[in-house]
Amino acid sequence: MRYSGLRVIKEALTGHKGWKHAWRDVEPQVQYDYIVIGGGGHGLATAYYLARNHGAKKIAVLEKGWVGGGNIGRNTTIVRSNYLLDGNEPFYEHSLKLWEGLEQDINYNAMISQRGILNLVHSDAQRDAFVRRGNAMILNGADADLLSTETIQKRYPFLNVNNARFPIKGGLAQHRGGTVRHDAVAWGYARAADQLGVDIIQNCEVTGFRIESGKCLGVETSRGYIAGGKVASCVAGSSGRLMAKANMRLPIESHVLQAFVSEGLKPVLPGVITFGAGHFYCSQSDKGGLVFGGDLDGYNSYAQRGNLPVVEDVCEGAMAIFPMLGRVRLLRMWGGIMDMSMDGSPIIDHTHIKNLYFNGGWCYGGFKATPASGWCYAHLLATDTPHEFAKAYRFDRFEKGQMIDEKGMGNNPQLH
Amino acid sequence: MIINHPILGPRDSAEFTYMGDSALLDRPDWKATDALAQFIDYGYLRDNPAGPHQELWYHEQGDRSFLVVTRDTTTHEISSVKLARDVARSRGRST
Repeated sequence: MRYSGLRVIKEALTGHKGWKHAWRDVEPQVQYDYIVIGGGGHGLATAYYLARNHGAKKIAVLEKGWVGGGNIGRNTTIVRSNYLLDGNEPFYEHSLKLWEGLEQDINYNAMISQRGILNLVHSDAQRDAFVRRGNAMILNGADADLLSTETIQKRYPFLNVNNARFPIKGGLAQHRGGTVRHDAVAWGYARAADQLGVDIIQNCEVTGFRIESGKCLGVETSRGYIAGGKVASCVAGSSGRLMAKANMRLPIESHVLQAFVSEGLKPVLPGVITFGAGHFYCSQSDKGGLVFGGDLDGYNSYAQRGNLPVVEDVCEGAMAIFPMLGRVRLLRMWGGIMDMSMDGSPIIDHTHIKNLYFNGGWCYGGFKATPASGWCYAHLLATDTPHEFAKAYRFDRFEKGQMIDEKGMGNNPQLH
Repeated sequence: MIINHPILGPRDSAEFTYMGDSALLDRPDWKATDALAQFIDYGYLRDNPAGPHQELWYHEQGDRSFLVVTRDTTTHEISSVKLARDVARSRGRST
C-alpha cells in the first residue's frame, strides 16, 4: 500500500479501516542469503539497500527487541555533513544527499527538516579551525557558510554576541543540515524493506555464531538456528557484546551518552545550534520541546542511563549560551550506548572470519550516517568490495596508522 | 557514583579522570619478537565487557593516585577499589 495525501483523505472518510500493518510479522526461515543482525536504523537501511540496489533476495533482519528500540530512537535527530577529514566527509555528504531524497524513496514521511546547523565560534583559533573545516566541506561538494557576528546577531537575535566570557566571533553554518524524525526513519526503512521481501524478525536475539574452519555458517538465536550465506553484524552500542560471541576483540569501548528534552515551548530556536566553548548542542522539535545533549559520561557503560555530573555540565552549557532557558523545565532524559572507537570514526568491513561482516563504531555520529551506512554496508555485503565512500572504514587502519581522528584525541575513546 | 578510595575514603567520581581498561597497566615488552603485534593489541583492542570491568581512575582533583576500580558496566556497582601501584607491584610491573 502506498501512502499519499489522497489515501489519508480516503481512510479518514471510511473510518480508517483500510490501513494495514507497516510490515509483516514473520517466522524465521531455516536459511537466508543475508542475515543482518540488528533491527535499528543501520540494519534496516542495510537490508533495504541490499534488496533495492543489489536485487538481493532472502534477506532477514534479526532484532532482539523491537524495531527502532535502540539508538535510532534515542538520538538527538540531527543530520549534517560538516566533517573535516577525507575519510569521513564524502561519506557523510553522501548520507545527507540520501536524507534529502529519502521520503520519496521509501514513501514515508520522516519529517526531514533542513533547518540548518550553526556551529558557534568564540575565539580566533576556533574560527581558523572552522574556516579550514568549511573549505574541506566545500571541496567535497557539501555546503558551508562562514557567518559574521553581525549576520548571527540578525538571524539569531536571542544570542548575546558580546558575552563577556564567551563572546561570539562568528559561526560555521551548514544550511542543508537539520533534523529528522528518528523513529520514522526506522519505521520507514522497515516498511520499505518489507515491501521488497525482507523478513523483519523481532524478539529474536542472536546468542551465538556457528563458525567452522574460519567460516561463519549461521547464527544461533533465541528462536533457533538460522543458516546464512553472509552474516552482517549491525548492532552499534552492543558490538562488543555480540562480537565477543565470535571471540573477537574490537577497537571499541561502549560508553553512555545522555540526551534531554525540555517541556514544549513556542518556537524559540530556528535551527540546530552548537555552543563552541563547551560541549552543548540544541534544536527544537516540531512538538516544541528543546532537544539537547553534550558529552559522554566518560567511562565504559552498558547501562542505558547516565549520571548527574553530566546533566549539570550539559545544563551549564545551555545556560552559558541560552540564559533565556533558565526557567525551562526538563521533561525527559535518557541514555544510549555508543560504540566509541579508538579514533572516533566507524568501521564497515569484513572480519577475519569468512562470511562474517561488521558495521559499528559509530561514536556520536550514527544517526546522521544511517542512509549511507546502509548503502555502503549493502555494497560491501553484495560485492565483497568496500564502497568508494567507506573504503577508509577498515579494521586494519589502526595497525597501519591510518586513523581517521577528527578531533585529534588519539586512542582515547571517551574523548572523541 | 562514589569511589571508595583506599587512602582517602569515599570520594565523588567527578574528582577522578577515567583512564580506561586496567589492562593498560600490562605494557608489552618492547624486546619481545612479536612486540609490534602486542603493542597494536595493547593500544587499540579492548575486552569491553558488559559486566565486571577492571578500570583505571586517576584522582586528578585529589591525591593524584591511580586506582584500579572493579565496576559492573551494566549497573555501575563498584565491588573493589585498589591502588594501581599495589596492583602493578603484585603483577611484577613495578618496584
